[in-house]
Amino acid sequence: MGRLDLVAIEKVAKRFGSERALAGVSMELRGSSMCALLGHNGAGKTTLLGVLSTLVRPSSGKIAYRAGGKDVTGEDVRREIGMLAHQSLCYAELTAVENLELFAGLYDVRDANIDALLDKVGLDKRARHRASRTYSRGMVQRLALARALLTRPSLLLLDEPFTGLDRGGALALGEQLGEIKAQGTIVVVVTHDLEAIAGRADHVAILRRGSLVFEERGDAYSYETLKDIYHRHAN
Amino acid sequence: MKKLAVPVFSVLGAIGFVVSIYLIFMKTGLEYGVDERTGRLAGSSLFFNQKIFYFHVAQAIVLFTAVFVAGISSILFLWKRRPAFDDVASASTEVAVAFGAAVLVTGSIWAKAAWDVWWNWEPRLTMSLLLWLILVGYVLVRRFAGPSADRVAAGMAIFGMVGVPFIYTMVGADSHPPSGVNGVVLTLGKRLLPAFLASMFTFFAWFIALVLTRIQSTRDEREVRELREQGLDLGVLE
Amino acid sequence: MSLFRQAARIAWKDLRVELRSKEIVATMIFFGALLVVIYSFAFPHDDKAVRSSVPGMLWVAIAFTGTIALGRAFDRERENDTMRALLLSPVPRLAVFLGKAVAMAALVLSVAVIVTPLLALFLDAPLFDYAGELALVVVLGALGIAVIGSVFAATLLKVRSRDVLLPVILYPLLVPLFVAGTKTTAALVQVHPNTEAAWYWIRFLGIYDAAFLVLSLWVFESLVIE
Repeated sequence: MGRLDLVAIEKVAKRFGSERALAGVSMELRGSSMCALLGHNGAGKTTLLGVLSTLVRPSSGKIAYRAGGKDVTGEDVRREIGMLAHQSLCYAELTAVENLELFAGLYDVRDANIDALLDKVGLDKRARHRASRTYSRGMVQRLALARALLTRPSLLLLDEPFTGLDRGGALALGEQLGEIKAQGTIVVVVTHDLEAIAGRADHVAILRRGSLVFEERGDAYSYETLKDIYHRHAN
Repeated sequence: MKKLAVPVFSVLGAIGFVVSIYLIFMKTGLEYGVDERTGRLAGSSLFFNQKIFYFHVAQAIVLFTAVFVAGISSILFLWKRRPAFDDVASASTEVAVAFGAAVLVTGSIWAKAAWDVWWNWEPRLTMSLLLWLILVGYVLVRRFAGPSADRVAAGMAIFGMVGVPFIYTMVGADSHPPSGVNGVVLTLGKRLLPAFLASMFTFFAWFIALVLTRIQSTRDEREVRELREQGLDLGVLE
Repeated sequence: MSLFRQAARIAWKDLRVELRSKEIVATMIFFGALLVVIYSFAFPHDDKAVRSSVPGMLWVAIAFTGTIALGRAFDRERENDTMRALLLSPVPRLAVFLGKAVAMAALVLSVAVIVTPLLALFLDAPLFDYAGELALVVVLGALGIAVIGSVFAATLLKVRSRDVLLPVILYPLLVPLFVAGTKTTAALVQVHPNTEAAWYWIRFLGIYDAAFLVLSLWVFESLVIE
């Protein structure tokens, strides 16, 4: 066990029945980096996140998770993964606190400070003991983020994390992700909101029809550069 | 070698068909029973209809085999995740659905002749029906479960296979009228055996030929899709 | 041990959600009661007819309410993609399966616990002459439906036509369970009850449940991972 510092994707391909979602993608993700995974809808970004999260088994190829040079597998990998998906991954009938308590239990996190975490993501104090069914889109997104961060993951996977947030919220989340990255976490973010990740993403990968068509590491891509790269390669 | 398999099994099936028809109609007798009133041997209620037995039982055994072929290849598919195993499972199930329909129809004809009802829940026929329903369910899942159809269907095939001993015990524990088939199997003397084996041979050859054809067509479909994807990748196709 | 603790955590979570919304139990009890009312119009009421038809009524009601409850309960895991959250967590997938199956069994059972007395009441069926045996067979039946049902409801979670496919898959596989349940009940409500036959089918059902529980534990993970 230990915090992941290298994730090596090796020729990962995935088919869903007759549909090809990924056609042999190889790349490496490193600690303290934020990879912006870009591409049109249906390019295979969500599937790649699924494979990274271990919930989609590749048809061929594999992913190696490493911590300090050692391979990590199975439940130990899952413990290190934080996920923010399209949906909240939280139970609508339970309150924010109950949801987080449940997941703290499942992840065996003993010292979880749920209130501090909810403060950090900015969920209104009065809402915390209300069923999350009653939350606005933005509040749900905050709860989902709290859930993803609860376990202090070393591999954070985010699928369109900025949708449902207003401009200010999106930029604040971008800033938080920058801090998380600085703490050594591998951050992978799928998004169309290039503004929110500008200045923080230092690794860009573009998928087109299941293939990796562009990959580059740099330091802190600006909004203009990201936009330029996206338009040159995604189409 | 592989290319030859389908024609070879088809030809074997065709020869087997001619031979089994010959044996059934020329070399086996008619069904007689002891008349209760006169105490003499007379044509039973089955008489000529008994001849359907040879095809009926052979088809039923194919149906039974297909459940296990599908179950075992589905285990291999879930384990190895190689589409080849899934192809075998789905092809044999589809073909077995057709064979199963034949089992039910011939069984029904038998029941009409033997007991004067089209369906009387005779244990073995009931078992064929239940297995057939599992296979039909499998085909429906395949057709309507979208991209994850292979997984769901594999699960159904495996659970279906494990259910076979339970279905068998269940129908066996029922105290129904003694089955006509039982009597025939017991009297399946040397004279009847060749006809029975010939029809077994015929139906298995057909089954294998059809399954191989079905597997090939699935593979071809996949290959066409892959070629199309390559074409799209290279920008040759739109 | 952590396996059972985590399974209990997941099961308790499900039951808490249901206790809060009461949606499944309330609608299924209503549906079960409606079935009983329809039965009482559709079937004759004399003692002999009731004794011979009540086992079928009971198990048809359990089959219908059970599969609908299962489908709905798993729909809840789909709403916010929470099934993914469970599978993503580091608890063994066996614990996820066991937790769901236990919660489903409780749900199916709670519906059966209401429908059975209703049948006895409205049709004056002698269902409680052998209450112990009847309770046992209903528990085993609910368990079997929950185990096999959880596997396939979880597998079908992302399939669009899951509502129609769940019964298409479950009913053919559950035929031995329904037959065993019906035969046990029939043996118990006859004019001359036959406990020996009842116990034969209870044992049959016990072995059936055990076999499919082992199989489910074995294949659950490979079925739910895409």
